[in-house]
Amino acid sequence: MQQALDDVVVLDLTQHVAGPYATKLFADYGADVIKVEAPRGDITRRLGPFMGDDEHPEKSGLFFVLNTNKRSVVLDLKTPEGKDALAALARRADIAFQSFAPGTVDRLGIGWDWFQQVNPKLTLVSVSNFGQTGPYRDYRLSELVLYGFAGEMYSMGETDREPVKMFGTAALFESGSAVASGAMGALWAAKRHGIAQHVDIALHETQAGGVDRRHAAAIAYQFSGRKTQRVASAAAGMPQGIYPCADGFVDFNNAGLRYDRIIDMVGNAEWALDPRYQEPTARLMPDLVEEWNSHFMVWCLERTKKEIWAEARRAKVLCGPLFTMEDLFHDGHFTNRDFWTDAEHPVMGKIQFPGRPVIMEKGGWELRRPAPLLGQHTEEVLQEAGLPAETIGKMKPTEGVR
Amino acid sequence: MTPKPLDGVRVVDLCVVWAGPFATMQLADLGAEVIKPENPFVWQPMTRGAMARPPAMMLPMTQAWGGGYPNNEPGERPWNYCPTFVSVYRNKRSFTVDLRRPEGMEVLRRLVAESDVVYENNATGTMEKLGITYDWLREANPQIIFVRVPAYGSKGPYAQARALGVHLEAVMGHTLLRGYEDADPSSNSAIYSGDFMAGAQGAFAVMAALWHRERTGEGQLIEVAQAESAATMFTQAIMDYTMNSRLLHAIGNRDIFGKHPCGVYPAKSPGTAETMDDHWISIHVEDDDQWQAFIEAIGSPDWAKDERFRTNAGRNEHRQELDEHIAAYTAQHEDYDLMHCLQAAGIAAAPVLEASRMFDDPQFRARDFFRTQTVEGAGTKEYVGPMWQFSETPVEFTQPPVLFGEHNDYVYRGVLKMSDSEIEKLREGGHISMDFDPSVP
Repeated sequence: MQQALDDVVVLDLTQHVAGPYATKLFADYGADVIKVEAPRGDITRRLGPFMGDDEHPEKSGLFFVLNTNKRSVVLDLKTPEGKDALAALARRADIAFQSFAPGTVDRLGIGWDWFQQVNPKLTLVSVSNFGQTGPYRDYRLSELVLYGFAGEMYSMGETDREPVKMFGTAALFESGSAVASGAMGALWAAKRHGIAQHVDIALHETQAGGVDRRHAAAIAYQFSGRKTQRVASAAAGMPQGIYPCADGFVDFNNAGLRYDRIIDMVGNAEWALDPRYQEPTARLMPDLVEEWNSHFMVWCLERTKKEIWAEARRAKVLCGPLFTMEDLFHDGHFTNRDFWTDAEHPVMGKIQFPGRPVIMEKGGWELRRPAPLLGQHTEEVLQEAGLPAETIGKMKPTEGVR
Repeated sequence: MTPKPLDGVRVVDLCVVWAGPFATMQLADLGAEVIKPENPFVWQPMTRGAMARPPAMMLPMTQAWGGGYPNNEPGERPWNYCPTFVSVYRNKRSFTVDLRRPEGMEVLRRLVAESDVVYENNATGTMEKLGITYDWLREANPQIIFVRVPAYGSKGPYAQARALGVHLEAVMGHTLLRGYEDADPSSNSAIYSGDFMAGAQGAFAVMAALWHRERTGEGQLIEVAQAESAATMFTQAIMDYTMNSRLLHAIGNRDIFGKHPCGVYPAKSPGTAETMDDHWISIHVEDDDQWQAFIEAIGSPDWAKDERFRTNAGRNEHRQELDEHIAAYTAQHEDYDLMHCLQAAGIAAAPVLEASRMFDDPQFRARDFFRTQTVEGAGTKEYVGPMWQFSETPVEFTQPPVLFGEHNDYVYRGVLKMSDSEIEKLREGGHISMDFDPSVP
């Protein structure tokens, strides 16, 4: 079957999480993504989790998910041969992505000017911490530092404790998805208007300009002078927040906006029908809320999270049980929807992972190949790019590279 | 105005809350004409506010982004100013029509015929109840691209489940995976990272589908099951389970890859968390060389030269003691001073900024990130800017956050080419308005 983007060639010089996640989306929907790795390989090859806890560069589950459907070429860009080979690849590409620190780009001499000289029709997407300009241009970021600075982390956690981040590298995945949408826009500019351009994507701007609460906290301050306080999501309404239950926790944020449905969910329990709770301002009165919660918590503690969610779904109440990965992996809803994909990997063997992020009826997601081994496609890709066999022979790497 | 990537693309925006509007905001920033049909008789909760007419006394009792209306007053048309939503309504157009009535659906049908994409993320069943199905849309426009964003997908036992981003993140494991290591998950705040993922991936999918249409002439149906699109964010936890049957737990601000120190430390603060001017600095030292640079940057105190802290393994083993030392140091310094000092030594560090402080930050300023927009009734304010900087097709904020019904004339006359008498009839029927009907609470 034809995939939507199978006429697009992507030259991918990114590593770690955000850049590779963006190019993965292109690859998953059909683009030929040539992933150029340094002889040591993408840093995520050395970041876990690893299959069987074996810290082997071909056994990272993180690298695997970020690089499905790509081909890997190893080039040493510090050598003239490496740079020539890169130029040959750039000539055949529609769009290139790079995530070097701005200073490194200068040092390697592969900035926007170089790409324009090599291929004037090429679009270049540069992904960096703080952008290609400004006083922080050369500053470093990691997940925590990024999210604390530009995401809405300040208001996460308990009032009397330090702000607390999201899981793992969630913010970098968010930023990566924003890189993908921006890059797809640039590709359209090239198609529609013949415009080749440099897209400067700063991770901190993808966070500050994204949707998860920061834009709202910012304009709330501009409108009213009010700031956004750090408050936990503990049981705080009718209902509001996270409640303990028989075997874990359930999240009822904003569920109290439809109190009629709450009454239905708890089976018209007598306590719930008390007219005092049904006044629109009831949830703003702390004593009343505490009294109400004393009833509701008992109802929750008598039930498991799945039983509670079933009642909530029946009554159309906003609710989410706090699942573990074990709960999620064995849940029939997701297995029956083919959410999980099986792949065969030459080193890891059978591997299961979440496949398609989005279901497109036509030209959609497909697993054409697992994540590539380091340098697996060096010869094949450089041949396609028309490099003479002799030159390709010279590129043949150093230890550990195929 | 410079050319835009999606010039000539028209999107009908039937979106609510954040996940959908964030996708269409990106399409609008890229130049698509995004038109929002809105209904003066139906309040969609959490879309232009919690209530159409919130009582003034309630505003100070809700979080700033819920109750922080201009000058702390709901004003005459509060639906135009709820801070939770205004920022994602830039570059869009709004007109009003009651889709519960046949003549309203006829208006929508005519708009769809003139459009390329229809995007919706309503509670399950809402579209069907109105009669808006893929078949109906295709009849109006055979090449239409229809995007749906059900929480858990259109098929399966959870197809009918109601959810905001915060709920489906709980189901996908996030709420148990994040937060303080030593507290139960109810200490977590409600967040909406799932809306970010669904919105960006949805915008990407629309542009991929347009690409497919350009090549084949075919429109299509797209399903962004929001929970599934969010899952990627939890890759490390998912893969550790599928590969090693290991369950991960919340580890606070520590690094998932185990590089220490990685934490949020107190800085000199002008106030407290109650007054919302407590200052914090996040610091992440990612290897042993950086640790040596860190020691030097903070003036080589004796405690830092402790042999036990020399290696990452040692810093991890003794991290509580180490964190106490670092906190005692950072508490005596301004957060920005700490950032510049540590960054000069090559260490990732930055203040944890409360939102209002962004507006004073030199990096945001140097890159002209913020955009000034004037909204009638809200004055001239600075809003967060776009997520990308294009050299040739820059994102421009040509339309400030759209007022309810602001483009009635444009849509009915300009797009749908309706006659005066047709428009008059719809106006008499209450379809065309800039106000929610008084019956709406």
